Amino acid sequence: MIEIKNLHKSYKMGSNSLHVLKGINFSVGDGELVAIMGSSGSGKSTLLNILGMLDVLDEGSYTLDGVPIKDLNETKAAQYRNKFLGFVFQSFNLINYKSAMENVALPLYYQKVGRKERQEKALKYLEQVGLREWADHLPSELSGGQKQRVAIARAMAAEPKVLLADEPTGALDSKTSYEVMDLIQKINDAGNTILIVTHEPDIADMCKRIVHLKDGVIVEDKKVTQVRASQYV
Amino acid sequence: MFSRDNWKEIFKTIQKNKLRTFLSGFTVSLGILIFVVLFGMGNGLVNTFNEFFGDDATNVLYIFPGRTTIPYKGYKSNRVIEFENGDLEDIEKNLAMFVEYTTPRITRSGLVRYKNESNNYTSRAVGPAHQYAEKTIMMKGRYLNEEDMRNRTKYVVIGRLVEKDLFQGEDAIGKYIDISGSAFMVVGVFQDDGGDNEERLIYMPYTTRQLIEKNTDKINQIIVGFKPEIGYAGAMALDRSLERFFKEKKYISPEDQNGIFIRNVADQLKQNQQFARVLQLIVGLVAFGTIIAGIIGISNIMVFVVKERTKELGVRKALGATPKSVISSILLESVFITTISGFVGMMIGVAVLGSLGEKLKDYFITNPYIDMVMAVSATLVLILFGAIAGYIPAKRAADIKPIEALRDE
Repeated sequence: MIEIKNLHKSYKMGSNSLHVLKGINFSVGDGELVAIMGSSGSGKSTLLNILGMLDVLDEGSYTLDGVPIKDLNETKAAQYRNKFLGFVFQSFNLINYKSAMENVALPLYYQKVGRKERQEKALKYLEQVGLREWADHLPSELSGGQKQRVAIARAMAAEPKVLLADEPTGALDSKTSYEVMDLIQKINDAGNTILIVTHEPDIADMCKRIVHLKDGVIVEDKKVTQVRASQYV
Repeated sequence: MFSRDNWKEIFKTIQKNKLRTFLSGFTVSLGILIFVVLFGMGNGLVNTFNEFFGDDATNVLYIFPGRTTIPYKGYKSNRVIEFENGDLEDIEKNLAMFVEYTTPRITRSGLVRYKNESNNYTSRAVGPAHQYAEKTIMMKGRYLNEEDMRNRTKYVVIGRLVEKDLFQGEDAIGKYIDISGSAFMVVGVFQDDGGDNEERLIYMPYTTRQLIEKNTDKINQIIVGFKPEIGYAGAMALDRSLERFFKEKKYISPEDQNGIFIRNVADQLKQNQQFARVLQLIVGLVAFGTIIAGIIGISNIMVFVVKERTKELGVRKALGATPKSVISSILLESVFITTISGFVGMMIGVAVLGSLGEKLKDYFITNPYIDMVMAVSATLVLILFGAIAGYIPAKRAADIKPIEALRDE
């Protein structure tokens, strides 16, 4: 599903340049649940951003579902993001003046799905994350865990090939974190490919594979036995 | 771009961001409102000017006799200059190139009576051409003619208000009125745009007046109507020729400023029109400044709006919004708001001008109005510049990478 070869990325900081990713080789198959771990500054978020086409790579190649991702203009990148990827952010990034349902329906709007169908689909995904009855509430009326569940529903609504989550539990307490992880595991069980960036070992243990990043290189890549989050909920 | 779905999305955004909508709408409304009102007032000023000076013919020179202040050719100073009938003929003969008509004017005032009603009125003894000089409009009957001059008829033409006050609704034509002891028959009633005082005048043949006053041939004042085609320069030349002619004829020193006076309407009119034009220009500049301020205001708001929405736009881009859709949604929103509020402001402005009407006449503003084409184009200009002002930050927002937009807290 994801194929990355010799990926380099550096950021210009004034006159200095900061080499963040120094040759990453990495691939993810269908239906995997991968945790990308590392301390802050290890380049894990940068990697995820490049995977998510939110940022561009300097060197190397990136193939997503057989499509080479390179030299994309913004329009093309937007279309690919919409078609291939679902995003979950640490700070939820819900649009604050739109109700939960409208937030979930937004990617469908950009897929030019009709209004009626959009609403039906949005409600279906809200149902899946257990927030059907919160459909008309604004994000400000939801708790952190609920917001993240809405964000996950939004990411799933476009039926992406890959779900990318950047510290999805970073702003949540552990109980809520486990609820969110339980949801992510269930989505993965249904066959979806998911990448999670986290620095919390317990969250990483709930994935099927852990990739350790340190100073811009992969230091460890191992399959693990998944810890089910449902036992903590 | 113009699908129903897009509009729904835009309306939703507008509805949910009331302060923003209000701010940008208010700026535009106010800008257009002030523009329309100021511009209308400028037009009102010009109207007042035209009313002041448009009542009389503009191709006219008035010649008044004065008193000499310099001894000349054996005549002492302080001599009273007088005009007589022969002067009229001389003007017509010597300056035929320029002159279209001449008419004397002898002004007297006295008690005028009809039956039991009486009042003091000013009467002017004039020639037939006086009708053109004063732009007198006949309501009924006729004006004085050459026949009246020759026969020294005791006919008068009275103003609308003279008829109203003396005759109390009766038809004045054919009736006799008593002017300082002599009976005159009313042959016409006139109106005049020059205001009430002009409509309280009585016109009679100058020959008749001269007959009453011991068969004299003296004239108070001479009015010369010149051919319009000689233009402003011609009028000024005529002015100088007349002065030279009369100074020579009446033995007035060429240096004497007080022997005769010539009032040149064309000259005055030109000055007044220039003044009015300058006034309108100033008001226009202020109005233009208002539009510029409006444009700057809306630009500021657009920059703020885009800044405020940077993160939201980043989220939208992460969810698959193309740069085009980001730009078009911001632009459509801003154009929609500016259009609606621009036209609201314009309509309010036009309504304010309409309701003012004659109320500001004391401040020299008559019938302020704005050309609809002008009002609409000013509104369109503001909308257009609002869109351009919105486009620049929208484009920038659409171009930043979603990740940078997302980091923007």
